Amino acid sequence: MNSIRLVRDELRPPGPPPRRHLLSVADLTRDDVERLLGTAGTFAASMDRELKKLPTLKGRLIVNLFYESSTRTSSSFELAAKRLSADTLNIKSVGSSVDKGESLKDTALTLGAYDPDVIVIRHPQIGAPQLVANVTGAHIVNAGDGKHQHPTQALLDLYTLKHEFGRLEGLHVAIVGDVLHSRVARSLIQAFELVGIRCTLVGPPALLPRDLGVEATTDIAAIRDADVVYVLRMQNERMEQGSNFVPSLREYAAKWGITPERLRVGQKVMHPGPMNRGVEIDPRVADSIDSLVEAQVRSGLVVRMAVLYDVLTGGPVGVRALAAAEVA
Amino acid sequence: MLYVKEQPGDNLVLRGARVLDPAEGIDAMLDVRIDGGVIAAVAEQVEANDHRVVDASGLVLTPAFVDPHVHLRTPGREDEETIASGTAAAAAGGFCAILAMPNTDPIVDSAATLGALVETARREANVHVGFLAAITRGQGGAALTEMAELADASAIAFSDDGVPVASAGLMRRALQYASVTGRLLALHCEETSLSHGSHVHEGAVAAELGFAGYPSIAESVMVERDLALAGYEDQPLHLLHLSAAESVAALRRAREAGVRASGEVTPHHLVLTDEAVRSLDPNVKMNPPLRAERDRVALLDALRDGTIEAIATDHAPHARHEKEAPFEAAPFGVTGLETAFAVLYTRLVRPGLLPLATLVDRMSTGPARIFGIDRPRVAVGATANLVLLDLEGEWRVREDAFRSRSSNSWLLGETLAGSVVLTIAAGATAYERLAVASSQ
Repeated sequence: MNSIRLVRDELRPPGPPPRRHLLSVADLTRDDVERLLGTAGTFAASMDRELKKLPTLKGRLIVNLFYESSTRTSSSFELAAKRLSADTLNIKSVGSSVDKGESLKDTALTLGAYDPDVIVIRHPQIGAPQLVANVTGAHIVNAGDGKHQHPTQALLDLYTLKHEFGRLEGLHVAIVGDVLHSRVARSLIQAFELVGIRCTLVGPPALLPRDLGVEATTDIAAIRDADVVYVLRMQNERMEQGSNFVPSLREYAAKWGITPERLRVGQKVMHPGPMNRGVEIDPRVADSIDSLVEAQVRSGLVVRMAVLYDVLTGGPVGVRALAAAEVA
Repeated sequence: MLYVKEQPGDNLVLRGARVLDPAEGIDAMLDVRIDGGVIAAVAEQVEANDHRVVDASGLVLTPAFVDPHVHLRTPGREDEETIASGTAAAAAGGFCAILAMPNTDPIVDSAATLGALVETARREANVHVGFLAAITRGQGGAALTEMAELADASAIAFSDDGVPVASAGLMRRALQYASVTGRLLALHCEETSLSHGSHVHEGAVAAELGFAGYPSIAESVMVERDLALAGYEDQPLHLLHLSAAESVAALRRAREAGVRASGEVTPHHLVLTDEAVRSLDPNVKMNPPLRAERDRVALLDALRDGTIEAIATDHAPHARHEKEAPFEAAPFGVTGLETAFAVLYTRLVRPGLLPLATLVDRMSTGPARIFGIDRPRVAVGATANLVLLDLEGEWRVREDAFRSRSSNSWLLGETLAGSVVLTIAAGATAYERLAVASSQ
């Protein structure tokens, strides 16, 4: 008799187990944040010693892969790794095979061949850290990907705020400037939400993204109510000519620049750097005693030590594991 | 206007399938006999006449599908797709005819380039292929192609797909000239000054992930412009890959006002929203982008009520290394020929959101009608363009099983119901998964 048999496909085997990464603040819980800030505090105490090096990550290899120029972030990650006694390898896109057109995947595979424990990556494109996580066996720390995320910046800002105010919950921060192009703002908004900080966005209409779900206004007077004014850099390199986000930097400075006159006495000011003095921030504000900019840089070192320690060890014994992104 | 390689017609009997041809008003358990590639009998019991007999009980036999929007990447990127591989993929997806877009390298904007494609199709094509030619030379948006000559050289329609015709004046001239060629204009609607540089729908997901937004109005203002021009010139037009609720509303209004406009929608816009982009998987990056739930619902409503008459895969193969890049660096486009029916059956028909008969109509009769192609049908005397479907069995989408040369599918690893068992295109078996079959 006639018969018919269908050829059906096999099931694919399951993927490898997840590894711990820090790709986005969205992957963190409030407990994760508190644990990381606590670990950073412990490391800060050790920084007062005469000999500042700790043996914690001795024998580990940490690769810093930077596709964008950076002073603060790259130096603090390198120093953080060295203070924890890890071996470091610093790759910058300029002067490497990237100049010869090597793809991110191939660069990641090449570096992955050295079995690094952590790859810290900064890249101009959203999703680059996810790609590296997919093709290597290393733990990935996102040091900034395009306009997407800069999670260690948000953590160091929380650390700075906690150090300054003694608490986080109930604080009010106004983020001022180019929110649209800012990975710092995106990470901060999520971090503030996690710890109960009220957030107000202030800036020119075209630089405030729609649908972000956060209180936003174009009126610079709105910064008055805030405990802290967080000033974003005007990202000239992301402002294509003729895109007309604002008519001119001069007009931006006049309308949204942070000047002493616009601040209350004692109102604190933060900036992720690098600053454009005279554009988004008046030099008198940048240099005032109410500026927390240097404190932010100091926080960066201990917070990045905490992050490297945490992705590699899972945090202090008995504390809930870091709910990092699961990347197969 | 459609080309396929020469093959002897099948002599075949399909026994006991549920035969579903909405346009013919057939939905019954029937036998079908094919003599030399032509349907010779459709009845409850047909004589086998020494033909090969397939026991199709438990399976569904429908008119084979027509895909009005495929990128075959030939000439220029034969590493991504060829006419042979693309039509093999089409056959595996149940298609008996596909229409190829002209944004190749070189662009199909001359009779010579078109003629070479036609010759290749006559040698290689496993299912019928029709070729669209460009509206403007080099798709540059500045000068019309020699559309009458291209029509004589058998261009089935005209499109600058991939880029919009930016100038309203030039669009008007193209519509006017369409009255001479008698060919449809198929339009990619995008106002690039609103979408410029963007990869993701402007909404909460883009705002959170940091992508510059590609707003719905970037599509709908161009849709409105082109519908207004088509109405004014009283010429037909076809809107490619609609994605936004506003565009659907504009199409509905224009049709009610008597404009001869048609539209198509892709499987991914019917099934996914911009939430999928949170994965940062380059295989959910396409133009137009995935939009919000309200857009998806509007597209599905329009598909149901017939405002949108056609489903198009916008099958866009890309080399693996080009898609293995950060989301922003990866090219737009996903493959779709081999998964279109299964994913729409699994995600829309099985949950009761879309009748099977409507899906078959929009994948077969609808696109054929829009482009003036003989509609595939289950009728005595018609050339056999049929697909036999297994609605029960589940299968997993696997990279190594694709006939396409590319595997940039957003469905990799997914389990789907509804698979193609046999495709007969232009009277000949183009694909089959029948391991054992015998003559009587």
